[in-house]
Amino acid sequence: MTAVSDDARDTRTTPGAGTPARPTGRATGTLLTVLAWVVGIGFFFPVLWMVLTAFKQERDAYTDPPTLFFTPTLDQFAGVFGGGVTPYLLNSLFATLMSTALVLLLGTPAAFALSLRRVKRTQDVLFFFISTKMLPIVAAIVPIYVAVNFIGALDNIWTLVVLYTAMNLPIAVWMMRSFFLEVPKELLEAASMDGASLWRSLREVVLPIISPGMAATALICMIFSWNEFFFAVNLTASQAATVPVYLVGFITSEGLYFASLCAAATVAALPVVIIGWIAQNKLVQGLSFGAVK
Amino acid sequence: MADVVFDQASRIYTPGAKPAVDRLDLTVEDGEFVVLVGPSGSGKSTALRMLAGLEEIDGGAIRIDGENMVGVPSKDRDIAMVFQNYALYPNKTVGENMAFPLKMAGLDKDARATKVREAAEILGLTDFLDRKPRALSGGQRQRVAMGRAIVREPRVFLMDEPLSNLDAKMRVSTRTEIAALQRRLGVTTVYVTHDQVEAMTMGDRVALLADGKLQQFATPADLYDRPDNAFVAGFIGSPSMNLFTVPVTERGVRLAGHEIGLPQDVRSTIGAQQLTTVTLGIRPEQWSVGSDGGEGIPARVDVVEELGSDAYLYGTLAESSGDLSATASLTGSKDDAVVVRTGGRSGARRGDRVALTPSVEGLHLFHPETGARL
Repeated sequence: MTAVSDDARDTRTTPGAGTPARPTGRATGTLLTVLAWVVGIGFFFPVLWMVLTAFKQERDAYTDPPTLFFTPTLDQFAGVFGGGVTPYLLNSLFATLMSTALVLLLGTPAAFALSLRRVKRTQDVLFFFISTKMLPIVAAIVPIYVAVNFIGALDNIWTLVVLYTAMNLPIAVWMMRSFFLEVPKELLEAASMDGASLWRSLREVVLPIISPGMAATALICMIFSWNEFFFAVNLTASQAATVPVYLVGFITSEGLYFASLCAAATVAALPVVIIGWIAQNKLVQGLSFGAVK
Repeated sequence: MADVVFDQASRIYTPGAKPAVDRLDLTVEDGEFVVLVGPSGSGKSTALRMLAGLEEIDGGAIRIDGENMVGVPSKDRDIAMVFQNYALYPNKTVGENMAFPLKMAGLDKDARATKVREAAEILGLTDFLDRKPRALSGGQRQRVAMGRAIVREPRVFLMDEPLSNLDAKMRVSTRTEIAALQRRLGVTTVYVTHDQVEAMTMGDRVALLADGKLQQFATPADLYDRPDNAFVAGFIGSPSMNLFTVPVTERGVRLAGHEIGLPQDVRSTIGAQQLTTVTLGIRPEQWSVGSDGGEGIPARVDVVEELGSDAYLYGTLAESSGDLSATASLTGSKDDAVVVRTGGRSGARRGDRVALTPSVEGLHLFHPETGARL
């Protein structure tokens, strides 16, 4: 892997470097920049509006025309935490961390066996994994509900842990397999010649190399689990309900508490944003693992 | 240190198909440097990987120091290998890379440091011990790979084309260094290459493989002077030996209309096998070049390669009638193409006509179908 890195860098060309851009080229460039900003703001604006609304009073939150200037307040956040979001946050956190840990624990050996230590019928197994994602969850919810009810595990956080693990495992195996495939097999052979057992070679040689890939996989699993709504709303009630279920609580028969909802949604989005922020270097490194080396 | 024996060792990837390595018999003496050479797909790397434990041994046995290696995992064979792409651990420093096999062998930290320092001194890597492999040049990486192999003093060194990622100049200097290091350490070494120059210059003995079969196992000089078959004759030597299919005559063979006399014993061998044609091999340096119209086989020079100390003439042989333009149009068979080595500054030019005379001692004769030496 390292052997080619220098070459890869050398062959990267910089088109047009040193030649002054023509006027038409510059005009196109400006136009594209403006377009990029418009699209970017278009995507970001709803999020910004949500965050702004979270700092408004309920009466300013949903007006026509929209209120642009207002006195910011933390009332809504106080309401969210005072109104008992904490158990929901803890449930979400538990289900997310636990399922992600399980996914990595089960997915890493699976991905290894499907890449560096090719087992029989690798292609079939890979297809089976991905085929489980082809059925919409809504089509499976009734049997799942019946089964969960039968074993008496409704409104139990472990039910969500198991389901989230099952939900993320195929994607994680596929992702991690692609990272494993980037590891030259000679490294494993060299480790084995050097006297390392399979476990030692995995731990000391392979895992450090694919750690950015594992971080990226973990982050994606965490995002999926944290945001999961459908299982949570159907299989939990009060004990095991997660943050997305809590958010829906703001849509009541008396009306929509828009500012409170926005504050709660901001709180719900924050952990993922923070983790993503911390992991962004690893994430980019991981997702572009094969491309850059 | 140990001897290595391939005893009818075979590797068969798909049952029924041609084996990748076909009943290989080879004995590498203790402390010997043996080179496995051959074209792509000859099975040389597979044979090495079988010895390394990275490929199954499907038939026969491979013994290190008399111990059968069938079913023994790589890590328990006490051998070290240098890979073509070096296979350095990218997340470990040079020092950690070299210490890894010692760590696996259970040596404590101080002992590891001492041994790594010793090996680093031998290889001139002392200043690089804290660097990661990606911060090293190709040649330095190659040395680290060597260092990782020598540091734990294995019974056998295996090297799989370790020079092929280096540039030409580096390859020549590293070639000498590896050979010298091996002599100094005296560890039995099996080295794989497709480059016959490497094979000839480095090995105590050279095993030439083709199609999974051993063609000849001999010293470089023997391989060059007495090739066992036409394949060996053509593979060893650069440029290759000239090989012509020629008719047998009463006193010898006829090449491009010229009769070349053969000694009585060779003639009787040919006669005993009732051959009407044979394959005649003449090395480029076994010709003497005369001026046009003189004694010898007339030929036209097509290309001249001046190398300074030597020059190679690539030409076309003509029938004695001397009609070269007619011959040239028939040069699909290549049977009349000839390479001749002369001294540097030969003065020959493209289009020149010369007369070529082969030296009688430089003749090699092979069976026209089996290729076996006569």
